[in-house]
Amino acid sequence: MARRSKSALVGRRLLQAAPSVVGIIIVTFLLTRALPGDPAVYFAGPAADENSIAQIRASLGLDRPLHEQFIFYVGDLLQGDLGKSLSTGQPVLDEILSRLPASLELTLLALIFSIAVALPLGVLAATRPNSWIDQLCRIVTTAGVSLPTFFTGLFLVYVFYYLLGLAPAPMGRLNIAFLPPDPVTGFFTIDALLAGDLETFWAAIGQLILPAITLGLFTLAPIARMTRGAMLQALGSEFIRTARAAGLPRRKVVLTYGLGNAVLPVVTTLGMVFSFMLGSNVLVEKVFAWPGIGSYAIEALVASDYAAVQGFVLTMAILFVVVNLAIDIVYTMIDPRVGIEG
Amino acid sequence: MKHTLDDPQTALLDVRNLQVSFKTRRGIVIALHDVSFEVGRGEMIGIVGESGSGKSVASYAVLGLLDRAGSVDGGDIEYGGMDLRAARESEMRDIRGREISMIFQNPRVSLNPIRRVGHQIEDVLIAHSQATRLNAKERAIAMLDLVKIREPEKRYHTYPFEMSGGMCQRVVIALALACKPELLIADEPTTGLDVTTQKAVMDLLVDLARARNMATILITHDLGVASAYCNRIVVMEKGRVVEAGETGTLFTEARHPYTQKLIRATPRRTSRLRQLLSAADPRADTVAPERRIDISADAPPLLAVKDLVKSYPVAGGVAGPGLLGRATRLVRGTKGEAEEGAGLFNAVDHVSLDLRAGESLGLVGESGCGKSTLSSIIARLIDATSGTVEFEGVDLTATPASDFARSPHRPAVQMVFQDPTESLNPRFTAFQSIADPLRRIAGVKGRQALGAKVEELSAKVGLPSALLGRFPHQLSGGQKARVGIARAIALDPRLLILDEPTSALDVSVQAVVLNLLADLRAELGMSYIFVSHDLTVVRLLCDRVIVMRQGKIVEQGAADAILDRPSDPYTRSLIDAIPHFQPVAGAAAPLSAAPPA
Repeated sequence: MARRSKSALVGRRLLQAAPSVVGIIIVTFLLTRALPGDPAVYFAGPAADENSIAQIRASLGLDRPLHEQFIFYVGDLLQGDLGKSLSTGQPVLDEILSRLPASLELTLLALIFSIAVALPLGVLAATRPNSWIDQLCRIVTTAGVSLPTFFTGLFLVYVFYYLLGLAPAPMGRLNIAFLPPDPVTGFFTIDALLAGDLETFWAAIGQLILPAITLGLFTLAPIARMTRGAMLQALGSEFIRTARAAGLPRRKVVLTYGLGNAVLPVVTTLGMVFSFMLGSNVLVEKVFAWPGIGSYAIEALVASDYAAVQGFVLTMAILFVVVNLAIDIVYTMIDPRVGIEG
Repeated sequence: MKHTLDDPQTALLDVRNLQVSFKTRRGIVIALHDVSFEVGRGEMIGIVGESGSGKSVASYAVLGLLDRAGSVDGGDIEYGGMDLRAARESEMRDIRGREISMIFQNPRVSLNPIRRVGHQIEDVLIAHSQATRLNAKERAIAMLDLVKIREPEKRYHTYPFEMSGGMCQRVVIALALACKPELLIADEPTTGLDVTTQKAVMDLLVDLARARNMATILITHDLGVASAYCNRIVVMEKGRVVEAGETGTLFTEARHPYTQKLIRATPRRTSRLRQLLSAADPRADTVAPERRIDISADAPPLLAVKDLVKSYPVAGGVAGPGLLGRATRLVRGTKGEAEEGAGLFNAVDHVSLDLRAGESLGLVGESGCGKSTLSSIIARLIDATSGTVEFEGVDLTATPASDFARSPHRPAVQMVFQDPTESLNPRFTAFQSIADPLRRIAGVKGRQALGAKVEELSAKVGLPSALLGRFPHQLSGGQKARVGIARAIALDPRLLILDEPTSALDVSVQAVVLNLLADLRAELGMSYIFVSHDLTVVRLLCDRVIVMRQGKIVEQGAADAILDRPSDPYTRSLIDAIPHFQPVAGAAAPLSAAPPA
């Protein structure tokens, strides 16, 4: 009975995502039309006259009324066509598909890094309030948010590449000496492993480490803070007192009873942090010459490349919906109370 | 003050001159001064006192569970010859749960909300090596069976939120007793539970304690519970033991004024309002003022509730809002099916009642009986599914609850809510809380007019005007209750609905507030609907009582008659479950001197 209602809940949640996708399509379309700058002018070049601009506008379909443009846009979308980039002439979909895995790989590794550091830090800080570890947690989180990523990125490059020579040159996803592995997932590390090419794997990891740490240091703060706060609240609750009064070992009390409950708000934070990271790591991508989706978006924006911007916003929004969906489903799995109240 | 047991060999736990202090922002606060008590094997002692008396702190200190700010500064805690103060944390962990167990108030939050109850019992068994992974499940189910949970195999898999409060408390007991401790500390184990559930849980505890020859410390604010179950009682006030002795003699020969005050304030079947007040109160033992208004039978009723129904869709049912009306008609046709999951559940099921001007009506029943839903509909906070509420001949249900704040009848029907803390805006001073309805509904404008009115109201409820500038967290429970009452009477209501107004208060404060309510009624000529689960309290304030069960009225009549001669078996079970607190008169408090009412 309980299981059936759970799966029904997940199904209903999936259905709820559909209208938000439709809404996103409408809003991204309108937003990109509202962008300042005329793509036709940009595309025609500085020497163009009124006539050629009008011609280009007509060929792009920009002279039609808004609703007609929208119908064309949706029709193209249904065929998987996000339009062509004005500046590179490549289909937007292809470009996004080739750049998205780079950003995803970086973001996921950064997230794993920051969870690995922030969760234990938050738990330890909460179990020993005002101890040195709590102070450390405070310093790390404050530093993490207050140091801009381009600074930490450059600093890490300076120390580990320039001074110590431990890290490879911050030049993209893979040293030119290596060939990218056959694309399966688009993640170089996983593809290299799938191809059985350990050398490429290590090379890819080497390139990933510094940008991932840079990004991870920034996202550490919200996760550590949330963990600490949620842990303090969980450890102060009455069932922890019952567990202690029953003589349960400290590990069990802190981890199973405390963290088990504290992890619920942390999971929600993770979803937000992940979506945020994905779109906003432009600076890190720039510093490490990372061919990700963030730098792509900035270039498109500067060039008034509306098809590319539209494609980017749409991709991010859909990712956002997917991540939130995943978080909600995970939440439903770990919290038995979800479903009864909802 | 020392209270030595006659036979020291039997003392299982011996607490001597215990001193506990807490570090707070305002400096060090001493929570326990020289507290001494002891418990013999198989004995059940009660520690009674009101909030702030330190009765819980003492037991936390015994188990080494004081929070960080607290420290034991002096005295000895000896358990079975072992010095618990000198014990290391690892030794204490072995003792907790296996030698000394503790159960807490509010069972719903005492269990890990996201862990199956069976697993929580297993955790304890495995922590104390009382079971292995192989037989833990079997042992856990046996424990659930021991605390009389039906279908223990099925219940093993449930989560706390799927169980009632009473069930949760049984699980907590199973958890505490899983490793067969010698001593159980029960901290307000039945506070917040219905009387019948309270009786069932206490009876279970006593049976198990007797069967295992387990010593029990029962910490409670309820003298009735303590006197019904304990051999010996320790009375605490402000961190000190003020009196201790055998249950029989302590209550009849109470020497300390605090004990006497507590005994007086605890309502019993025969008490009158004024008898509850402390002997120091000038009104004590006088006759409570009678209503000035005649309840003449031929006058039209102030309030007439006719065939009121409130239904809610049941989880898993088919009823959407559009189906509500049709399904209600369906349910009406087949009475009794509502609870069985016909898609709708009638929280209030065809209730009709009359209330005359100046009358005070008690609405009694256990949690979930629909008394709060009914009173919220009458107060026009929620809408009924069908039926009418007529007030002075006007149908109040004609105005939807969402618009009722603008109705001309809003000032006439006001409410005092259950929890004095929760029902006050934490960012409003007492003045602002009381002034709010005056400004919003009565339209009183101008600082002076408002100030004068608020002063007048606070004087009426006995709230010193110096306290008007304070925020709720700076007021005591009794003072907050006064603010809530002042706010409710600010608009000169003709009907005041009191939803368990004293259930969160200490007994001595409850005594004062109940008397205040009686005085206000006599002075202002209001009618009351008094919602409560406690029949002894209802009787003090009400002329007539209605007993509800599963949304229906099962019995109604004069308060005294119902309490003395209930005709419905359900009412009788409610009354029988009330712990019988009847210290012999003629002792410290001269109850016999009270004039007959």
